[in-house]
Amino acid sequence: MGMRSAVVTFPGSNCDRDMAVALANVSGTQPLRLWHGDAELPDGLDFIALPGGFSYGDYLRSGAMAARSPILQAVVAAAKRGVLVLGVCNGFQVLTESKLLPGALMRNASQNFICKTVPLRVETNQTRFTSSYDAGEIIQIPVAHHDGNFFADEATLDQLEGDGQVVFRYTEPCNGSRRDIAGIINAEGNVLGMMPHPERAIEHDHGGIDGRRLFESAIGALVGA
Amino acid sequence: MKVRILVRLKPGVLDPQGRAVHHSLEGLGFDGVDDVRIGRLIELNVADDTTDDSIDQMCRQLLANMVIEDYSIEKLSASEPA
Repeated sequence: MGMRSAVVTFPGSNCDRDMAVALANVSGTQPLRLWHGDAELPDGLDFIALPGGFSYGDYLRSGAMAARSPILQAVVAAAKRGVLVLGVCNGFQVLTESKLLPGALMRNASQNFICKTVPLRVETNQTRFTSSYDAGEIIQIPVAHHDGNFFADEATLDQLEGDGQVVFRYTEPCNGSRRDIAGIINAEGNVLGMMPHPERAIEHDHGGIDGRRLFESAIGALVGA
Repeated sequence: MKVRILVRLKPGVLDPQGRAVHHSLEGLGFDGVDDVRIGRLIELNVADDTTDDSIDQMCRQLLANMVIEDYSIEKLSASEPA
């Protein structure tokens, strides 16, 4: 497996180790661990993960401070070069705050923190992150968030739907997200943001392994490239 | 110079916090409250020669998320006590 991956840790990240373990488990290679103050990325990275947590204490808005941190400028540049970027939970919030993905993640409509395993529909397998799933397949992935309520204006939502950029959708209302959107990908197909945690569904001891194929898909895309 | 920036959710964007507070006000017996919207007040102390454009850019690049929020800027006189 020729995957050279990295996990970024911000002050307040708390799923960075889980993400690193998942990447190591599936790819057989230890990911590099990067720190928010790093201004440059190591050479030759082909997969960058932005983990869940509460970067910078969610000050101002979830993900707002991390999106302006030194390393994010390097991640944005890498994304523009086509490097695969996965943002989970707080990582998804960072991706919208940094404008790598459209929309915003607002406080859950219920006001409650939601922590449970939810069914997701894989809306498309025509992405480098979902090619190992069947289109329309229902998978079980945990969510754990307070600000997962995806918002975008109607024109943006229509564009995302029309261009196949809605990748994961809750099969029942979860947090108030517009059109029950759980994960989206950018137009270029190399930046995926999702609120549910695939890295928490890697081993049978987790209660399920439905997250595993997301990483397998990405590895397959990189090896096949 | 002291600058007050009021960041508010755009009209039409659902405000779950406002709705919860509205519900609590009703629970306390306050009638006649039609709607509650919660925003954020940010106060800056900046150099007196800070340009309007610079303050505007602070709002657009960080203080407000233009996807969901609007902002308004109020400049207070330099001599006003903080």
